[in-house]
Amino acid sequence: MTGHSTKSKSKHFVIIGNGIAGVTCARHLRKADQTCQITIISGESKHFFSRTALMYIYMGHMKYEHTKPYEDWFWEKNRIALKQAWVSQVDTDKKTLIFSDDSTFDYDVLIIASGSKPNKFGWKGENLQGVQGLYSIQDLELMEKNSQAVKRAVVVGGGLIGIEMAEMFSSRKIPVTFLVREKNFWDTILPEDEAKLINRHIKEHHIDLRLETELDEILDDGTGRVKAIKTKSGDLIDCQFVGLTVGVRPNVDFLKESKIQINRGVVIDACFKTNMEDVYAIGDCAEFQEAPAADRKNIEQVWYTGRMHGETLAYNLSNSKKVPYQPGIWFNSAKFFDIEYQTYGFVPPIWGEEIESFYWEDSKGKIAIRILYQKSNQAIIGVNAFGWRLRHEYFDSAIEKGYHLEKVLGELGQASFNPEFYKSLHKEVLKQYNQENKRSIQIKKQSFLQKLIGSRA
Amino acid sequence: MKFIQKIGLVIFILALAGFSLLPFYGSYQLEKELVISETKDIHQEAMVDILQPMYGKVYTSNIKFIADFNRYFDGYNDELKSAEEWDKVIWDDYTFSLTKASATGPVSESPSLFLAVTILLGAFGALLYILPLYRNQPNGIKNDGIYHSSMKSRGLLGMITGSWLLLFYIVLYWFPAYLTNLVLMVDPLSMALSGNPASQWFLYGLIYTLAILVMGIRMFRKYRGNNYQTIRTASVMFFQLAFAFMLPEILVLFNMPWHDFKNIWPLDYSFFYDYRLEGMLGSGALGMFMLVWGIILIVVGVPLFTYFYGKRWYCSWVCGCGGLAETLGDPYRQLSDKSLKSWKIERYLIHGVLVFAVVMTAVTLANYFMEFELLGYATNELHTVYGFLIGSAFAGVIGTGFYPLMGNRVWCRFGCPLAAYLGLVQRFKSRFRITTNGGQCISCGNCSTYCEMGIDVRWYAQRGQNIVRSSCVGCGVCSAVCPRGVLKLENAGEEGRINDMPIIIGNKSISIKS
Repeated sequence: MTGHSTKSKSKHFVIIGNGIAGVTCARHLRKADQTCQITIISGESKHFFSRTALMYIYMGHMKYEHTKPYEDWFWEKNRIALKQAWVSQVDTDKKTLIFSDDSTFDYDVLIIASGSKPNKFGWKGENLQGVQGLYSIQDLELMEKNSQAVKRAVVVGGGLIGIEMAEMFSSRKIPVTFLVREKNFWDTILPEDEAKLINRHIKEHHIDLRLETELDEILDDGTGRVKAIKTKSGDLIDCQFVGLTVGVRPNVDFLKESKIQINRGVVIDACFKTNMEDVYAIGDCAEFQEAPAADRKNIEQVWYTGRMHGETLAYNLSNSKKVPYQPGIWFNSAKFFDIEYQTYGFVPPIWGEEIESFYWEDSKGKIAIRILYQKSNQAIIGVNAFGWRLRHEYFDSAIEKGYHLEKVLGELGQASFNPEFYKSLHKEVLKQYNQENKRSIQIKKQSFLQKLIGSRA
Repeated sequence: MKFIQKIGLVIFILALAGFSLLPFYGSYQLEKELVISETKDIHQEAMVDILQPMYGKVYTSNIKFIADFNRYFDGYNDELKSAEEWDKVIWDDYTFSLTKASATGPVSESPSLFLAVTILLGAFGALLYILPLYRNQPNGIKNDGIYHSSMKSRGLLGMITGSWLLLFYIVLYWFPAYLTNLVLMVDPLSMALSGNPASQWFLYGLIYTLAILVMGIRMFRKYRGNNYQTIRTASVMFFQLAFAFMLPEILVLFNMPWHDFKNIWPLDYSFFYDYRLEGMLGSGALGMFMLVWGIILIVVGVPLFTYFYGKRWYCSWVCGCGGLAETLGDPYRQLSDKSLKSWKIERYLIHGVLVFAVVMTAVTLANYFMEFELLGYATNELHTVYGFLIGSAFAGVIGTGFYPLMGNRVWCRFGCPLAAYLGLVQRFKSRFRITTNGGQCISCGNCSTYCEMGIDVRWYAQRGQNIVRSSCVGCGVCSAVCPRGVLKLENAGEEGRINDMPIIIGNKSISIKS
């Protein structure tokens, strides 16, 4: 199975936070060791739910219970204790947690997976009623309450939560003005073509998208509620709701008085260890002393990395041989209104001279693919896809092994993950590539029989 | 909502109200001649006598008419039964045919007019509502507000709709005499198609087919841009209209047995009943083809197609029950129970029904080949019990009436013996699976929520595992609603179809072998 357990039988693992990182860690701890004690603590909710699905509750696609990845019996069956409480302090000398009601809770090993919280930048009026971020269930409940009688909502911040909030209001036919500081939507991450593609789609949904526009202040209606906002260029926009979605930061304030080292997040080494014995941190709240890889940041705030942190730490806690966190090929995904986005490998918004790019967009401007490759040997290093599902397994190995660009272009059919009967885009992509580069790459033809039985190759 | 949609909704509701009230309209008058023409020769004398007191009397409602009819008819039979004169008891049910024959009034005078202002107007109103749906909106998932909707989330409207459906099915199966007016108005259509007057089953078939067609158009609107959904929906619409509705009636026109070529035993549980076998065997080459084709579908068609494509080739592309579930039932797909407990119940129930159907058919065939010597009584009892419990109560009343309560696939999931058979093949020997795209799942739950079969799709997807489940009908909606492009219905090699990934793609820290 998973090597030798180094832990004594009754060791009590206490995890602060029931998000994807903490829960994955708990599940893998239990798989590796049937005898240890595991407790997950969260003030936000008793049970694990998918944070990424909060928007769908508001939009009426799901109810809260649908967002719970495990049925409620799961925790007892796997002997994972759940405690709903807010931790206010950590005493690492006594190995004790102190809750907001001053009660205490002992641990043998502490795993901090407390996630993030929305940024605020000290705008005038940012604490008015009707002004909020969106991260937790409580935020969602507040948003539900705040959206009664909203004639216009303003969303500040052109990132993933911002566009989600715009979509949420749009689903209830509430007009939205969307303030984006950058030249194009999310162009700190997306190359210009892709960012513009999403700009167009946002407008297609009748969102009042204002690029290169910054919030100056939020105005009070005299009763402590928001009545309008003012932009830095002096425009006044009447609104009854302001969503502040300008990024998140590690949720670590409750650790400030402890001996655990904090920078922006909880400072950890490559094995998730903090400066204190038996205290670890994973997920959004953790800050690596050294970035896990050249193309990675010190703080990784993505669902998938949280899951990998949890997997890896659980392995280390139940094995004598410790492994450092070593992420593989980067991947991520999102959905901007109706357009799905997937990315594999390294695709920065701007790239250096040693890298070249192939970009294709369909005639309607809603589907696109970009492949970045090394100029020297044409080995691919990353891919962005919009409105086109790609096979993770294929690109994980294609990028890792550095497939030649033309090999990948020739195999786009099998690398596609679009549903059956979708129009094949392969031909059009090749046509453009062949024209641009005076090449003649062909699609490998499938026989009628292969097509009939749906053969993948 | 656009103005034209509101008009459509009003028209639909009025037509539905008309349809629901029409059975209680008009008057009934029984005459001796009618009894003679509607009863079998051996019963004529007795029936003419029994119903004597009703002749010439004008009944202003079918309720009173049927009450009187039952009083006299049952009185006659009860007397014989208490005297144990079993051979004189009239076992045939003439309630429906005589009520229909006795109907007088506007509906029997101008049936087409009433057909137009109820069923056809209803379909027209529904289309007025449906056609402008999502107009000027970009293609995409249109699930906004489903859980805010009273109709789609077990609210009052859903309960009313469910109750209406339940009542309709109960009356249709067990008290069809009350529906005579509705059957009368489709008589001309039935005459045109098959040369015979309509039965309640023709009425049902017509409504059923229209429901699939109209709500199929709704599917085209809702899933615009999703070719899998569009083609699949067109397929169920075609098979319902051509194979389940038109062709059987045309066969009757040519003096052939009513036969649906795409219905397969054991869903078509009466396929091996003696009257069906004799009907096919007595209808020349075409009848023989019906029999051979039916057996080929069972023995070769199901395993072969299911091996290559999964059970979806039937359940969500061809089947009539599936066709209704995928069109009329689509607004309710999210109401299926996803719990592990319901999966356990499902496995007991559906395989139980399969065993029941197989045993019943085995007894039927044994009885047939023994020339009805030993097992006649057992066969009849089994047929009655199966027909009542499974064929009518489960498949019809619960299967459709419970759409707004338990989702649109209650019958397919818990009861259909053919689905059980297809499912066994799909689970153990098939190239079909729903592939999970590496590590891209974010556990959001859209896939599980919108799975009409109550499969907890997310359970597998979030582990990076492919979904291989006997119950999956391959509707493809999990894949459609997934916001991260994680799920793909595929037919591919059997290798790696069922996979287990302790560590999901993207994490190189741990090598699985360590």
